[in-house]
Amino acid sequence: MATPVSVHAHAAPQGFIRKYIFSLDHKVIGIQYFFLALTAVFVGMFLSLLMRIHMIWPTAVLPIVGEIKPEQYLSLLTMHGTIMVFFVLTTAPQGGFGNYVLPIQIGAPDMAFPVLNMLSFWTTFVGFIVIIAAFFVTGGAPLHGWTGYPPLSAVQSAGPGEGLGADLWITSIAIFCIASLMGALNFITTTLDLRAKGMSLMRMPLTVWSWFITAILGLLAFGVLLSAGILLLLDRNMGTSFYVPLINVNGVMMGHKGGSPLLWQHLFWFFGHPEVYIAILPGMGVTSQVLSTFSRKPIFGYKAMVYAMLAIGFFGFMVWGHHMFMSGMSPYSAFAFSILTMCIGVPSAIKTFNWLGTMWKGHIRFDTPMLYAIGFVSLFVSGGLSGPFLAQPVLDIQLHDTYFVVGHFHLIMGVAAIFGIFAATYYWFPKMFGRMMNETWGRIHFFITLAGTYAIFMPMHYLGMAGQTRRYSQFTEVAYQTKLIPLQTFMTYAAIITIAAQFIFVINLFWSMFKGPKASDNPWEATTLEWTTTTPPPHDNFGGVTPVVHHGPYEYGVPGAPRDYVMQNDPATYAAH
Amino acid sequence: MGLALMVLIWLITLVSTYFFVARTWWLPAGASAAAAWIDGQFTLTFILMGIVFLAAQLGLGYIVWKYQQRPTSPPVLYSHGNTKLEIIWTFLTAVLFIGLNLMGAPVWASQRWDPPADDAVKVEVTGMQFAWYFRYPGPDGTYAKTNVKLMDPSAGGEAAVGLDTNDPSAKDDVVTGTMYLPVNREVDLSLRSVDVIHSFFVPSLRFKQDAVPGLNIHMHFKPTEIGEYEIACAELCGLGHYKMHGMVHVVSQEDFDKWLAAREAEKQ
Repeated sequence: MATPVSVHAHAAPQGFIRKYIFSLDHKVIGIQYFFLALTAVFVGMFLSLLMRIHMIWPTAVLPIVGEIKPEQYLSLLTMHGTIMVFFVLTTAPQGGFGNYVLPIQIGAPDMAFPVLNMLSFWTTFVGFIVIIAAFFVTGGAPLHGWTGYPPLSAVQSAGPGEGLGADLWITSIAIFCIASLMGALNFITTTLDLRAKGMSLMRMPLTVWSWFITAILGLLAFGVLLSAGILLLLDRNMGTSFYVPLINVNGVMMGHKGGSPLLWQHLFWFFGHPEVYIAILPGMGVTSQVLSTFSRKPIFGYKAMVYAMLAIGFFGFMVWGHHMFMSGMSPYSAFAFSILTMCIGVPSAIKTFNWLGTMWKGHIRFDTPMLYAIGFVSLFVSGGLSGPFLAQPVLDIQLHDTYFVVGHFHLIMGVAAIFGIFAATYYWFPKMFGRMMNETWGRIHFFITLAGTYAIFMPMHYLGMAGQTRRYSQFTEVAYQTKLIPLQTFMTYAAIITIAAQFIFVINLFWSMFKGPKASDNPWEATTLEWTTTTPPPHDNFGGVTPVVHHGPYEYGVPGAPRDYVMQNDPATYAAH
Repeated sequence: MGLALMVLIWLITLVSTYFFVARTWWLPAGASAAAAWIDGQFTLTFILMGIVFLAAQLGLGYIVWKYQQRPTSPPVLYSHGNTKLEIIWTFLTAVLFIGLNLMGAPVWASQRWDPPADDAVKVEVTGMQFAWYFRYPGPDGTYAKTNVKLMDPSAGGEAAVGLDTNDPSAKDDVVTGTMYLPVNREVDLSLRSVDVIHSFFVPSLRFKQDAVPGLNIHMHFKPTEIGEYEIACAELCGLGHYKMHGMVHVVSQEDFDKWLAAREAEKQ
């Protein structure tokens, strides 16, 4: 195991720009990623609000936005999906909290490549600006959905927004891929090379494991999406035909020949499915960390948790075809993809079992991070159990591209991952900003958000079973779907309330940043290394001292120990373990 | 706090489950030969997942209430887990998930691998922004060639799908905007698209398949109930996606023959 070497050390910067803008400090970069994701999540959430309003009141004239047309509805859903998946669910857990916490948790002074780290943040930032620009160009944002299936996404005349807007969309994704590749490389190197003395792999906190595995997934997945995106750009602008066969759009022949629309789907989902785990794995890590800390009990089955995450990462690359059962792909391969998809449910079930086992016979403290971790478990179960329906090709015949799918992935990779982010925010906020967040408002925020998300997303399963197809801007054209409008109306009201409640979180966040009570070094009585240093940590994380690790990450309730927790750097040994 | 959380989790769980069990919203009544199979597998999956859902959520609620830290709490159980329990749990889940999967496989296979029955009625479905067209090969049983270069969507009918009228077998090809099928006879469906990807979805017939430009996808199914069933496009195809709607009329063999003869007569 390598100890941090002086090569990585860099003096604390003095000027404002080097300290807060083009900073090399992983802590500042983590906070930058966090605020980028916070901005993006509000944009994405606002888009979903407009969508929900349009579905119920299609002729409503809204302030600033005006009346939303069907094609604009499709632009909203495309941008909502893309911004949420890339700039929120990938950015906040990994770029934000991973960046801030991982080096400290392994006892390192910084990431392995600080300049690369800065570069990956600013590249992500450029990607965000480019995608937002798509709203403001002629024709507006693309309407081809976040999955961007060609030929719709490859032919400029296929619809409004498929001109410059679509080029910006795919360019932004390509930029994001490059940024993520740089980030992934940095995370992997840091985890492998910069662990403090005594921090063996099997003593790493589960959060570190989750960021590490996420980085490996990112390294393998984003390269494929980048290539796929470049081919799409070529098809769009250079007359190539990777994805487009001979087609005729509205009576006009397109100049393409011989391409395969399914090629994009294979490449996209080869990235797209691991991406689901990129979004959710860090949430699993945080949930494990928080459940153990606030149950005052060691994590149940630490090794099983590690192996389960590795298995999820491994199988995650072999199941992409389950998005394509209805695509015209060989029905033979559906069998293989289906069985492998069911296999991935097994490690997911192990994790759930172990989370319940962790709380069992513990001393549960209901601080806000814990509430969100419990909420994560509940949402993970609810979102996960619709998986075995969709993983069966015969059932997918009925459910594919219906609201059942929308409900499934929103619960598990959307809201569960967001609950992971909330748990992480409430948990590490004191370390990051030196103050505590308000508990009362945190709890109110939690209860409204949990009830609200279920009210929005559970009915989607009912709609999907009844045959409600997704990505419909209106439900008035198909008779059986008009009967489902009351349920859609209910969901819109639930969404308005839940979205309103998110302002409680933002106000709490900014108010606490300046006015919250001062936080101690270890307010949660936790054991991992970030709680051994000062709040907030100094520039090199440990004030010139290199920590030495003597214990596993979740030593709570150790018999014979003076307190109910043993810090990882506590040199004393206790009889019990 | 533990009590409040338990109540909320239990409430969410029970309310969600109620609407599933009460079937307030459920699959539309099935009208094809595969429907009974699919619905049976759906119900089985639903019952098994429902049991896991209830056990996990109610258990979660119970645990957070029961093990809330109280002054009277006994010391925590200092344990790093239980390997035996892990193995049992893993094994049971694997058997449940993979077994469930294998059970559904024969239905999938029969629809896709076995050839259609000899007397199957042949229909070609063409998707385009934003309409469905249906072609019947006529008495000669042969589809004439089509060519996307000959397409004129504004003209509708034959011209819209790009029928090559120089092909002799085009004479008796019938192209319509509504689908008619005889009841209790297999349909040999040939599915294509001329522009972007569409998806031919008839919920009541438990049928869905993407129509992909460049591919000609063959599927077969058998409608078993006379009636009118709605087609909804299930793959995002552009601004009119939500109104890419069509109808399937499943009628008696007699009515079907009459209808087809009338279309042939119109054409001549």
